[in-house]
Amino acid sequence: MSQHEIELILLRRWASYLSLPVFLVGSSGEMLYFNTAAGDLLGVELDAAGAMPLAELEAIFSTATVAGEPLPVEEMPIGVAALERRPMHGELHFTGLDGVERDVSVSAMPLQGQGGQNLGAIAFFWESTAG
Amino acid sequence: MRATIWGARGSLPSFGPENTRYGGNTACLEVRGDADELLVVDAGSGIRPLGESLSSDLRRVNLLLTHLHMDHVLGLGFFAPMYDPDAVVTVWGPGVSPDALRAEINRYLSPPLFPVRLRDLPGSLEFHCVPRGTFEIGPFAIDANYVCHPGPTLGFRISENGASMCFMPDHEPALGAHEFPDDPQWTSGFDLAQGVDVLLHDTQFSASEYRQHVGWGHSSILDAVQFAAAAGVKRMVTFHHDPSHGDAELDHMIAGARELVHPEVMLVPGTEGSTIHIASR
Repeated sequence: MSQHEIELILLRRWASYLSLPVFLVGSSGEMLYFNTAAGDLLGVELDAAGAMPLAELEAIFSTATVAGEPLPVEEMPIGVAALERRPMHGELHFTGLDGVERDVSVSAMPLQGQGGQNLGAIAFFWESTAG
Repeated sequence: MRATIWGARGSLPSFGPENTRYGGNTACLEVRGDADELLVVDAGSGIRPLGESLSSDLRRVNLLLTHLHMDHVLGLGFFAPMYDPDAVVTVWGPGVSPDALRAEINRYLSPPLFPVRLRDLPGSLEFHCVPRGTFEIGPFAIDANYVCHPGPTLGFRISENGASMCFMPDHEPALGAHEFPDDPQWTSGFDLAQGVDVLLHDTQFSASEYRQHVGWGHSSILDAVQFAAAAGVKRMVTFHHDPSHGDAELDHMIAGARELVHPEVMLVPGTEGSTIHIASR
């Protein structure tokens, strides 16, 4: 597997120092990285997570609106950022792989590198009950 | 293919009796193909003596710029072909458009920083943005990608007839990387360096100096050797010598690195005026 672009490498390193949950998706919709804080929220460590393609996030995490309606990936902030190439902020409900249900706020942005290159998307999470 | 170092000093030209072997000129590399085709990489102060050594019959020069920090462009206004009305200098550098690249270089090559305006130079100048990926200049296949250094900075892998070299004069692949150098997929510059015959790499700091300069965009010599070993590099040439390091200290740093890490990487002192030969395959 070839090396990731420098923008993603630097983002990953920066995110690894944050206690704010961060999730990185590549330009093909593949999960590239999430930091330890995101792992705590998702209920799984990065090394144990395996592939988490964008298209399967709804099934993996049973994502829903805070009102309990199913939330398909194309309506999630990370889906909108990755697929429509525009930023989005929203609230969602999901079940982590540890079985814990959580409500989170999510802000997601498309990632654009040198020369406008599509590098995927980044999402920041904030647990609604967090202080 | 062969590469001659016309300047390997980092940050600032630094001349004096303490720097007679490693030299004081900043980054400039003359790359020659098997049929003597010319490619110049970076325009530090070393490009001035390089320009004086070139034939006056030369009509076209391709110049690759890794980035636009002053130590990599400060010799540009003193490059002889730019004063030859019959010569064309094609500058390849980082940027979003040729006009933006020209504008960035024009900031230096214009008053009050420089007495002659870019447009008033007798030689013709062309600008191209380096594309990410592979492109060709004459017989050379060039792979370019951005690497870890403040501001958009390119590394180059230059290949010809099976010979390959990689030039990353300003590079800090270990920055913030908990797993360095054991995770190639997440290591800056890895693809460019992987398996090359010769890597010219930033070795500005000793290990103790690096601890005081994390994030400055430069490497310790130990990190550079570890990077080279991880990438399967055969020969590594030290580059971007700190202005405060004289010949004796640079020799000492290299000797220490040879003792401590990876004997499979042949460590070569990057001395000004030296030529590195890379056999075709």
